[in-house]
Amino acid sequence: MAILPVDVTDVALAEGPGPRGRRGDGRAAIGFLAPSMLGLLAFTAFPIVASLILGFYDWPVIGDHVFSGVKNYQSLLASDEFKTAIINTIVFVVLYVPLNIVISLGLAVWISPRIRPRGLYRTIFFIPVVTPVVANAAIFSLILSPNGLVDSLMQTWFGVQAPNFLGSKTWAMPAVVLLSIWQGFGYNMLVFSAALDAVPTSLTEAATIDGASPAARFFRIVLPLITPSIFFAVVLTLISSFQVFTQAYVLTGGGPGNATTTMVLYLYEQGFQFFNLGRASAIAWVLFIIILIITVFQFIGQRKWVHYDQ
Amino acid sequence: MTSDTANVTGIGLPEPATPSIAVRPRSRASRVRAIVSQTLLSLVALLFLAPIIWMVFSALKPSAEVFTVPPKPIGSSIKFSNFAEAWNYLPFGRFILNTIFVASVGTLITLVASALSAYAFARLNFRYRGGLFVLYLSTLIVPQEVIVIPMFLVMKQLGWVNSYKALILPWAFTAFGTFLLRQFFITVPKELEEAAKLDGCGHLRILRSIFVPVAAPAFAVLAVFTFIGYWNSFLWPLITVSDTSRMTVPLGLQLFLGQQGQRWELLMAASTIAMVPTVALVLALQKYLVKGIALSGLGGR
Repeated sequence: MAILPVDVTDVALAEGPGPRGRRGDGRAAIGFLAPSMLGLLAFTAFPIVASLILGFYDWPVIGDHVFSGVKNYQSLLASDEFKTAIINTIVFVVLYVPLNIVISLGLAVWISPRIRPRGLYRTIFFIPVVTPVVANAAIFSLILSPNGLVDSLMQTWFGVQAPNFLGSKTWAMPAVVLLSIWQGFGYNMLVFSAALDAVPTSLTEAATIDGASPAARFFRIVLPLITPSIFFAVVLTLISSFQVFTQAYVLTGGGPGNATTTMVLYLYEQGFQFFNLGRASAIAWVLFIIILIITVFQFIGQRKWVHYDQ
Repeated sequence: MTSDTANVTGIGLPEPATPSIAVRPRSRASRVRAIVSQTLLSLVALLFLAPIIWMVFSALKPSAEVFTVPPKPIGSSIKFSNFAEAWNYLPFGRFILNTIFVASVGTLITLVASALSAYAFARLNFRYRGGLFVLYLSTLIVPQEVIVIPMFLVMKQLGWVNSYKALILPWAFTAFGTFLLRQFFITVPKELEEAAKLDGCGHLRILRSIFVPVAAPAFAVLAVFTFIGYWNSFLWPLITVSDTSRMTVPLGLQLFLGQQGQRWELLMAASTIAMVPTVALVLALQKYLVKGIALSGLGGR
């Protein structure tokens, strides 16, 4: 954990009056917690419970709602569309997460203290993280269209037409992954940069003197030291990649057919195009449970490979 | 803490007296390698930026020249008028003002609510503090999608559909801000407030005059990420707003995508405009990017 850039201890009393007699601050606490607590109750806790209940109802946007037990879940699990959405999401996750981690870690290492100005390079790779996803996706649909930049370059250089990436069942998902990687890895790159900066140079220098090769230095010393950051990045990237929506929605609309319909895109269609809010809630809970299970497993598995300093 | 480990490794060294010579053998070979490395990295960065560069080029082309083989970065004429046309095609100024308003107010509420609760968790003694904090944290793992559907029904019930309130309030009370600031607050030395307490300062006063200035970097990080989050938010505005007068920039772009037919140059102009504010923010704060992420504990410690 970072140490604050404040060293104010000498300013305070040399022998401060110890915190004797732990008085409760209950009343003050209520006041301080009230805004966030009311907000969280109204806008997080209540919706969670409501969503769980909605999942057991036939609940159209307009008209009567009827209790339907586990029907939503049953019909989801029996639905080929939903199966496809789950598989598409898993394909996305499996392609996206490892690529994201490897690229972001690789670039964080590459932008070493020898590169100048470091801040500029880091900022460049961070830019698409903060630009609107819709704008990013618009650019990619321009570039990947027939006669777009990629196709046009291939025709000019190789004399062959590029596949119609966004209209092909084979290429649409890789296109969504490409866009997601491009706009997404900059964040993890900064996380890793911060972690790498915190590795004490005395350690790597000592290893250099011992004659360790750069690769050995990286894999034996640096990498173990930054495993907490890698763990953090993997957990968060996995969670967010299961929730992929905007990229697919804007770039391919879930198509062609339903080749890029992810779980959240399917949820959106069911809830806000077919107005079946009960079914959409059930999808959200299936997603939630999948995310929960994977995260729990990661926390169990971390003992094997994450090194926290004692 | 880490320097201890460094000393341990240092023990095994045969000649600890000559590290300065051994450590930096700045030979010509290593200098060449550094130059090659930086050149390659610059090429990668350029390739990485190609989509954005292409967007700007395309935004300046005449309509008929957006798709050409071979690709031409610059068309037969440079049409700055595309930007004006894109701006007027849809009420784009309105979208931007909406988004600035929503993002600013949302960020402000987030900062205030998070600071108050973070202070409570960091400094106040009350029953169930630990349990309550865990409860706060547990809300972080709930995906937005679970919340969005009932929230939409609530907004309908309250008559908040197509309102700023609906865009701002549901996302202004996240446990994330509380957590981030609390992690920062607990590192503030207690002696600081003891002095203030002796002077008769109340908790609010202590929070305002001691914690806020000391934790300014953490507030800055939280503010920037919250602002950007609001600026780019898509799913929720898509669900809750259909009236153009309340649309945010991403929704406006989406509308543009649907309406513009074949006017790609206008869409690219609009995308360029949409990117300016957040890119400017990041460029202005680039010095603090890595430091901010390290400071705020977002690095996973």
